[in-house]
Amino acid sequence: MSQATLGKSTSERPEGGGGPSGGARSLAGQLLRAVRTNMRQSGMLIALVLLLGMFQIWTGGDVLLPRNITNVILQNSYILILAIGMMVVIINGHIDLSVGSLAAFSGGVAAVLMVDHDMSWQLALAISLLVGAAVGAWQGFWIAYIGIPSFIVTLAGMLLFRGATQLLLDGQSKSPFPGGFQDIAQGYLPEVGPDTNYHNLTVLIGLVLCAVVVFFQWRSRQQQRAYELEVSPFNLFALKCLALVAAILAFTLTLASYRGVPVVLLILGGLLVVVGFVMRHAVVGRHVYALGGNRAAAQLSGVKDRRVTMVVFINMGVLAALAGCVYAARLNAGTPGAGNLFELEAIAAAFIGGASMSGGVGTVLGAVIGGLVLGVLNNGMSLVGVGPDWQQVIKGLVLLAAVGFDVWNKRRAAT
Amino acid sequence: MERHVLEMRGISKSFPGVKALDGVSMAVRPGEVHAVCGENGAGKSTLMKVLSGVHPHGSYEGDILFEGEPCAFKDIRASEERGIVIIHQELALVPQLSIAENVFLGNERAGRGGIISWSTTLMETERLMKRVGLTDERPQTRVSELGVGKQQLVEIAKALAKRVKLLILDEPTAALNDEDSRKLLGLIAEFRDQGISCILISHKLNEIRQIADQVTILRDGRTIETLPVRPSPGAPPEVSEDRLIQGMVGRELDQYFPERTPYRGEQAGQVALSVVDWTVRHPADQQRRAVDSVSFEVRHGEILGIAGLMGAGRTELAMSLFGRSWGRYERGRVYLHGKEISTRTVSQAVGHGIAYVTEDRKTFGLNLIDNISRNISLAALPRVARRGLVDEHAERQVAERFRTSMNIKTPTVFEQTGRLSGGNQQKVVLSRWIYAEPEILILDEPTRGIDVGAKSEIYTVIDQLAAQGKAVVFISSELSELLGLCDRIATMAAGRLTGVLDRAEATQEALMRLMTRTQTGKDTTDDGTTGER
Repeated sequence: MSQATLGKSTSERPEGGGGPSGGARSLAGQLLRAVRTNMRQSGMLIALVLLLGMFQIWTGGDVLLPRNITNVILQNSYILILAIGMMVVIINGHIDLSVGSLAAFSGGVAAVLMVDHDMSWQLALAISLLVGAAVGAWQGFWIAYIGIPSFIVTLAGMLLFRGATQLLLDGQSKSPFPGGFQDIAQGYLPEVGPDTNYHNLTVLIGLVLCAVVVFFQWRSRQQQRAYELEVSPFNLFALKCLALVAAILAFTLTLASYRGVPVVLLILGGLLVVVGFVMRHAVVGRHVYALGGNRAAAQLSGVKDRRVTMVVFINMGVLAALAGCVYAARLNAGTPGAGNLFELEAIAAAFIGGASMSGGVGTVLGAVIGGLVLGVLNNGMSLVGVGPDWQQVIKGLVLLAAVGFDVWNKRRAAT
Repeated sequence: MERHVLEMRGISKSFPGVKALDGVSMAVRPGEVHAVCGENGAGKSTLMKVLSGVHPHGSYEGDILFEGEPCAFKDIRASEERGIVIIHQELALVPQLSIAENVFLGNERAGRGGIISWSTTLMETERLMKRVGLTDERPQTRVSELGVGKQQLVEIAKALAKRVKLLILDEPTAALNDEDSRKLLGLIAEFRDQGISCILISHKLNEIRQIADQVTILRDGRTIETLPVRPSPGAPPEVSEDRLIQGMVGRELDQYFPERTPYRGEQAGQVALSVVDWTVRHPADQQRRAVDSVSFEVRHGEILGIAGLMGAGRTELAMSLFGRSWGRYERGRVYLHGKEISTRTVSQAVGHGIAYVTEDRKTFGLNLIDNISRNISLAALPRVARRGLVDEHAERQVAERFRTSMNIKTPTVFEQTGRLSGGNQQKVVLSRWIYAEPEILILDEPTRGIDVGAKSEIYTVIDQLAAQGKAVVFISSELSELLGLCDRIATMAAGRLTGVLDRAEATQEALMRLMTRTQTGKDTTDDGTTGER
């Protein structure tokens, strides 16, 4: 959750030659530095907020309506799920072009199992995810053990699984699905307690989330103290907590005034926390970064390249299958054309969110922010009546601008 | 006629947070070899980048006068048109292209419409190759097939093709063996006699004394002094190495090599690692044994040096022992405390307490886009992790500890390693492996390309490691540091171990004799130098 800010706080450089000017380290100055240390991600977060503000004015307040916010989440959920996995793949120094086809294939598998074989939706979902894992392992095997570049292996996978989907579904759509399965993409948390005009469970979740976030911020600070490390000043810490609490409350209250937290948002949030946590705190996550940063050096430090790459692609396979099921559930049908160009949307989201072509950098949260930037653009432009043709053009330019800004920013820092 | 071919006056250049150059001035006379020396981070490279237009006019303060005229280069092309050519430490050749294509890259011999005239190209390349003494290769030979020494000559031919008037060489002999270095220095002297001025950036003080006419010493971005090295070209040098070192570091280096601290622990004198009959084939050339029947042992508390010329197989030996990271294993056994062990993978080797510190820290050592802290912990992450989760606070504490104990100069341990100077980068790589607490440390050229002060610090670290009972294998191309630090020195030539000398009996001459002793002469090293001696 707090990836963007955690640990990136101020570890000041000794200011050379400066007199005893106490005012130099004002709150604003520290804030600015915290933003600057993580330019790409904070830049995108700021861009997202500006984008929302712009469309809010443009549409006369439609964008931030609770119903529309909920819609944006529902419409982009599967791309965001893919973007989380894709970010990990790109950090590891690879790419996966097959996720759109794989999403279609696994959605098709679930559809066949439920519609043709009357299987329970839970079992169908589980089998579909297993298929995703198997496909991930298959591609990971060619990449890690045979040494074929991931671009080629997954390009082959893109063709292979698109064809396999058509074979599996015999070129037809399969529907309808049981209600439980549809709820994955369309359902909400149940209504409980007294009528308060708000969705009670959602409000509760928001409050718990606030408490958890503040607790972890506080604990991290205590630990830094305990290890006698430099701690960011208290007012900055308080400001950070306040901002986080305000953001969480604003978001959850907005959702609560419509139909509450969608089921898919819960899935998405869970993924973001778990994958984000693993990438940041687990040994395996560290190895993913190290391999992407300098594969030879990581190998010579005892990092098991092949095993890590396998894990990364299996993870991607499972997430692609999940995204496929969410998409199928949203359409209430398994169709051969599902997931078309999803891989490119996911890749775009990752790069907008701070990934680098050569690997080694980026965060899962960044990928989600990148995906949301694209999603809000889509939604806002649709609301103001921009046609799909111009939407494509604008999204292309945004991708170019985001990465161009990053390159420019890095070059400026280097000279 | 002007007194100076080049004058740089009051050059200042700042990067965010650092003043890299602070009013540097230097002047090069026509037809002289002008050495520039100084510690890493002293500003040598930045100064040359200013001169060659890598840092364009306007991004620095001060004046550059070339042949009496003020210059305002906006890029490298502009400076090359004036005849200033820089040859970087890392060679800038395209390995897949031929010698001729490389020599005229970006400067093609083309007629109208941009069609390359191959006959002219080949003819001129041949002439240039003759001029740099590269007579036993054809212009069509691919650069990837050449040894480092010959590649260096191709670079120089490339510079000559641009009608060079001032040749800048950045650490030209860093990757060369003694034989090739000598040839290269001879070539520089020849050019000087032909009127080509040369700026030579070098850490090797003996080279400076050998060839330079003047030397400018930089320290902390300032000009410290310009000293005459010799009264006239060819005369014996008048400046001592101690004098140069004194200028570079600004202090007397009374203890360049530390007094060896003996290890008196319970394992003293015990053999830690022994290698028997180790044989590895070259990955690209299956016929060739890059390492051939090598056997050696190293004891706890001992520093075993390995000397050898380029291509002798030292790095190949070390890397193949360390998880078979190089070449194709043919045969050989490794024993730890008398028990045979497998070092088939890097993790197995690390698990048995073996560490290998690479000679190429940028390619095989560091994750340059990641910070110091994470680079240090990488090989021993489990030590700062619990149940698969990294404790970042503990990790940072470890990094802070090494920052202090190794004297890594950085504002914070979260600095990207790519931004550090070579010496500090080396300290980060060393810290990583010291933190892994190995019993056996293989150090491959740990002082390559770093300044005198940092070298001395690293010698002390190595001595301390041995004093703690670790077995150290120390691969180096500098005989003086092997002699200054090691208990025994093994020599390699053409993949074979040619001798092991005790500290007492080892001299530079004795080592050199062993390093050049080959079995059958011919198909020996990469660059074929050993056969000729």
